[in-house]
Amino acid sequence: MPDPAAPLQPITGEHMGMPLSINALDLPNRDYFTYCGAHDFRLQRCTDCDLVEYPPRTACMWCGGSSLEWVPVEGKGLVYSYSEVHHAIQPALRAHTPYLILMVELDTQRGKPGDQDGVRVGANLVTAHGDLAPPDLVAQVGIGSRMRMVFTDVGDNFALPQWTLDETADQPTPWRYPD
Amino acid sequence: MDTTTTHNLRDKYAIVGVGETTYTRGSGVTTRALGTWAIRNAIEDAGLTMNDVDGMLSYSGGDSTVGPYLAADLGIRLNFYMDCMGGGSSTEALVGLAVGAIEVGMCHTVVIFRSMNGFSEVRIGGTGRRAKAPLGGDRLHTAPYGWFSAGQTFAPAFMRHMHEYGTTPRQVAHVKMAHSRHASQNPKAYYKHRVSVDDVLDSRWICKPLHLLDCCVETDNATAIIVTSVERAYDMRHTPARILGVVGRCSKPGNDPHLGYQHGPITTVGAHYAAPRLWSSAGVGPDDIDVSASYDAFTFTAMFQLEAFGFCPPGEGGAYVSSGDIQLGGKRPNNTSGGHLCEGYTHGMNMVIENVRQLRGRIDDYCPLDDSQTDGARHHSHDYETPGACRQVQDVNLTANLGWAHPGTSSALVMRKG
Repeated sequence: MPDPAAPLQPITGEHMGMPLSINALDLPNRDYFTYCGAHDFRLQRCTDCDLVEYPPRTACMWCGGSSLEWVPVEGKGLVYSYSEVHHAIQPALRAHTPYLILMVELDTQRGKPGDQDGVRVGANLVTAHGDLAPPDLVAQVGIGSRMRMVFTDVGDNFALPQWTLDETADQPTPWRYPD
Repeated sequence: MDTTTTHNLRDKYAIVGVGETTYTRGSGVTTRALGTWAIRNAIEDAGLTMNDVDGMLSYSGGDSTVGPYLAADLGIRLNFYMDCMGGGSSTEALVGLAVGAIEVGMCHTVVIFRSMNGFSEVRIGGTGRRAKAPLGGDRLHTAPYGWFSAGQTFAPAFMRHMHEYGTTPRQVAHVKMAHSRHASQNPKAYYKHRVSVDDVLDSRWICKPLHLLDCCVETDNATAIIVTSVERAYDMRHTPARILGVVGRCSKPGNDPHLGYQHGPITTVGAHYAAPRLWSSAGVGPDDIDVSASYDAFTFTAMFQLEAFGFCPPGEGGAYVSSGDIQLGGKRPNNTSGGHLCEGYTHGMNMVIENVRQLRGRIDDYCPLDDSQTDGARHHSHDYETPGACRQVQDVNLTANLGWAHPGTSSALVMRKG
């Protein structure tokens, strides 16, 4: 039995110089990022309504069900919206502008339960190796681009999901901000 | 129409006092000192004494003082107070809570304040102290990606609106152009100079689709308003601004810190759900409104709210804000003080203050004071073209405040003269 008086140890990591932590009591996020640490993208699925949840939560956002189980989900989708950041707010990102924030709608569960609902997972545009994308790659991606998930390791059994262009997909001409 | 909203309190409460500090950068004093300054001004504006106020409400994001300090500093004994967590859209919500507190008998006259050193202490744009804090828990899904500030967080909704509806940056830049013209008539405004649509489009990028001039100003200031019953209101100094309808922090489904981005089209914002509640509660519609105050943390937020509250058809926000309607002299001016883009950033309260003064016909512009009056009356020229002139709208009877917290949450307040 663990000692109930012992201090709870957070999971810690570091990304581009930014300290990251997950409270030991935060079981949904702990489990999610631990699966990511194994480069295994999983989401919670409600055993009552069979819909998956994002981000990790304590009950089902669709039906309120309390029984959620972790299931593997394909890390593929298309860019639903994005922003191209030129003025970084956090010091760690200032040397990396412009960078893309991508909101990618998964192929899994698109149009469910409502016809315009979708699971939209945010991350940066990175290279296939997981580095923040250089400017020529940033200029290629927009709404409609097909993406696949890669992972950036940030600690022991702790990684962040990221998005890179899906080389195996037929890429549409994406919609981009009209420069 | 949503028939679950209450109609029974329509017209029974009013905003009777408004006050603010200067809008500045580098106030040189604490939020406690700013708060006492603004509340004193609001109490004097109402023609009340400290003994006449017995309720206090405030909102903040861990960046401000709390009510009991200010009450003690001002010699006010409170029968009721609450200090809430919240930013944009809190003002209108707290007006509703003040009405409820009075109606249930906890107090009779409530001052609502927001005090912030939004430039010199906790920068609202997210730089400084906030940008260096460790990242944990639910924020791990956004912040490590540099998806952090309000602008970065909201930008996908703005971009998606352009994609779905063909909204152009040029259309939306008209919001800043119009509000800067309004601010040029406002001695209190932090930015009084007028800017053109091209100035907005030529300003440097922050995060697409936001240019620098699409973003609001960060300032230090406190603001305060006083809510009481109409029975008391008619004994006070000014014509009351009666509360017709209020909606407080109405949300879209799945409105967790991912801001409703998991639900429906992300261009459907909290105001979509707030609008039917507002208009059924107020008993009027958007066409009846003389002056609007749509939350302009960004040019795009003002457009989103005007569209979602029904001032134009869905998807036509860009056309509406670029039509000239929202300028002084137009059909329905928006944010006649210059709002957050130009006057100062208060998380919404300065826009309620401005509409109260519009309803009174007591706008504090550059027009000469009427020496025969003691209530701030001026000889208004209604010259909106010349900078440093007038921003009083003629014959204002109904105003609407459209508060924005983020894409998933919205508040609103309809007031009428007398």
